[in-house]
Amino acid sequence: MKKLMTGNEAIARGVYEYGTHFASAYPGTPSTEILENISQYKEVIAEWAPNEKVALESVAGAAFVGGRALAAMKHVGVNVAADALFTLSYCGVLGGMILVSADEPGMHSSQNEQDNRNYAKFAKIPMFEPADSQEAKAFIKDAYEISEKYGTPVLYRITTRISHSKGIVELGEREEVEIKEYAKNIKRMVSVPSTARSNRHIVEKRTKELLELSNDCKWNYPIYNDKKIGVITSGSVFEYAKEVFGDTVSYLKLGFTNPLPTTLIEDFAKEVETLYIIEENDPYIEEHVKALGIDCIGRDIFPYTGELTPDVIRKSVYGKDKQVFEENPDKLIMRPPTYCSGCPHRAVFVELGKRKNTIIAGDIGCYALGFAPPYNAMDWVLCMGSSFSTGHGAQKVLNLKKDNDKRLVSVLGDSTFFHTGINSLLDVVYNNSNTINLILDNRITAMTGGQDNPGSGFSAQGEIADVVDFETLVRGCGIKHVKVINPNIKAEVVEALNWAYTLDEPSVIITQWPCVLKRKYNDDDKSKFGEAFKTNCKVIEDKCIGCKLCLKTGCPSLGFKKDEKKATINKNTCVGCGVCKGECPVGAIVKEER
Amino acid sequence: MTKSIILVGVGGQGTITAAKLLTIGLMEAGYDVKMSEIHGMSQRGGSVSSQVRYGEEVHSAVIEKGGADILVSFEKIEAMRYISYLKESGKIVVNDYEMDSVMTIIGAQDYPDGVLDELEKMTDILVIKAGEKAEELGNLKVMNIILLGALIKSMELDNIDWNSIIEKNIKPAFVDINKKALTIGMESVAG
Repeated sequence: MKKLMTGNEAIARGVYEYGTHFASAYPGTPSTEILENISQYKEVIAEWAPNEKVALESVAGAAFVGGRALAAMKHVGVNVAADALFTLSYCGVLGGMILVSADEPGMHSSQNEQDNRNYAKFAKIPMFEPADSQEAKAFIKDAYEISEKYGTPVLYRITTRISHSKGIVELGEREEVEIKEYAKNIKRMVSVPSTARSNRHIVEKRTKELLELSNDCKWNYPIYNDKKIGVITSGSVFEYAKEVFGDTVSYLKLGFTNPLPTTLIEDFAKEVETLYIIEENDPYIEEHVKALGIDCIGRDIFPYTGELTPDVIRKSVYGKDKQVFEENPDKLIMRPPTYCSGCPHRAVFVELGKRKNTIIAGDIGCYALGFAPPYNAMDWVLCMGSSFSTGHGAQKVLNLKKDNDKRLVSVLGDSTFFHTGINSLLDVVYNNSNTINLILDNRITAMTGGQDNPGSGFSAQGEIADVVDFETLVRGCGIKHVKVINPNIKAEVVEALNWAYTLDEPSVIITQWPCVLKRKYNDDDKSKFGEAFKTNCKVIEDKCIGCKLCLKTGCPSLGFKKDEKKATINKNTCVGCGVCKGECPVGAIVKEER
Repeated sequence: MTKSIILVGVGGQGTITAAKLLTIGLMEAGYDVKMSEIHGMSQRGGSVSSQVRYGEEVHSAVIEKGGADILVSFEKIEAMRYISYLKESGKIVVNDYEMDSVMTIIGAQDYPDGVLDELEKMTDILVIKAGEKAEELGNLKVMNIILLGALIKSMELDNIDWNSIIEKNIKPAFVDINKKALTIGMESVAG
């Protein structure tokens, strides 16, 4: 049977078909749908982990005892998991183990453009790079087999266009794979200096064997056409190159890219007159080819950033793409992403944006949009879980200045707090900070589309899960000053912030209201938030003075009648959070039943 | 010969659903099909695009600038934003429908006048009031299927059994209204 699948769906299908026992992930665009889709197959245990390191470690454990296991994450997630990854390369695995890294050339939804192919080389583990959905499924089988044969985790490197592009995939049945017999092996598995020194040799020997494999395998092969131009490429860029050059040039198509197939590359280079290396992100293949003393064209003409889509390749090689029409910028408006109608983050940033002498340390999640107009309420965003710690360091240094009047407000969400923010809170307490720390608890991992987490009430496969109590947890970390508030009620937000500014010890304000995208509520949340999103707000036109203060909340349900100078509310999209009502100085906005 | 279709709009307008139905129909008709879209940040009221390519053998899932046979825009301004993707001989199907962005709501930008006039000067264009037609049907959301109907007719793909694709892929309660929407869309294309 054939089905149109995204690369993420195809990977999940491969996970199912090729006997996987266990999978774990932390959501992150563009990787999120891999685990979401795996969770639909009841034959596989699929879990959301609190962060990528935990995901990789639990997957390592599953493979230690002989199971087939896969971890999935976005490129920056591998940074979090890297500590486990590098030593995992040394101690090896018994069952097949795959780490999927979804990279983002062009940074559609990411904070950097790092090329995780470097991780395969750095950690000395084999790497696969599928070029389309069909390969994204099929290579899972191959990756497991290589992992088991060589006793090593495998890096499975994809990019946004593999993750989110659909192609036709041939489906198969699930092949059950037996869990291998576990036998204690402390010489290999206990990572201490003495074992690491012997494992180091095993890694080196394995790399040599994998090089032989790379030179003689079905994933790396030349396609000879006219030999004036030869192109070496991998991943979806192979398809882009075929779009531009068709059968007019020769290709060396690489699907197994660590170690790189030295002999194949040398042979191909001898056959063609001019050699192009076309690859997104870093010159990973190019540097290897150049180190072999082979002349090639790569970074000289292809851009170092962004996607190498067919138009970009065409322009780089021929000096011109096919574009004929040019947009008229005067006829455009900017359409940046913004908080949804009813988003519980909105009121927090409306209020924070008004505060004087305040530096706001942000974090990764929907709340990062607080930096943008109309809120302008964020000074920096670094990486997952960094707000409490960057805020702490900043406050410590500012406190050294005479008469410092600047306060740090650090902001993150529930899932980011679980991810690594919790460590930063320990730092804040232990090192006697006086920062104001906000946990915006919207009961879900929102930015990636609403995944469950340890605070949401459900597991990845929809079972009821025990829920973390934020206040207990925060107090357990040693925070003495804690308030839990409803962020949609302006008075609660203002009062909590005023209170926190007066303290010279660290405080935590937990704002608790569900994300509008949250679909499932456990009994406790049902009783707490049962009334959420059941009302509308409306404007009483006679009272509206046309001051536009409500519009400064940036809610997409709001509008303004220019002629009559009255605010409007779209009742189809308004869910009655009441944030605009809180900003209205004349009480012209009221709530009504939907 | 590979054909390229780009569907653009604003997050929540149903471009992805329309593109999904389109690709299923094309696959069932025996074409090789690829589709690409960008999720993530763009879902929060941002500009979105779905790209569909079909033919005997499709390589790139991504349409290059100057490569689209047809640009279907679910919102007026968005047609202008993506015009660079259109071929010289390409045509536009555009929904005469305006959506504010956070920039117009907070008053940082004004929604420009005369977008459709400007597009008409550039190339072959079909303007459809899909919003009004959808409201007449009783559900604004089927705007996307009206536009899908216009696209199907424009690309001469009306020999595929789209009604059965709607039946198999849309929730039963919405099948009838979507079929009607598809017909309205197809009938809005002359010939």
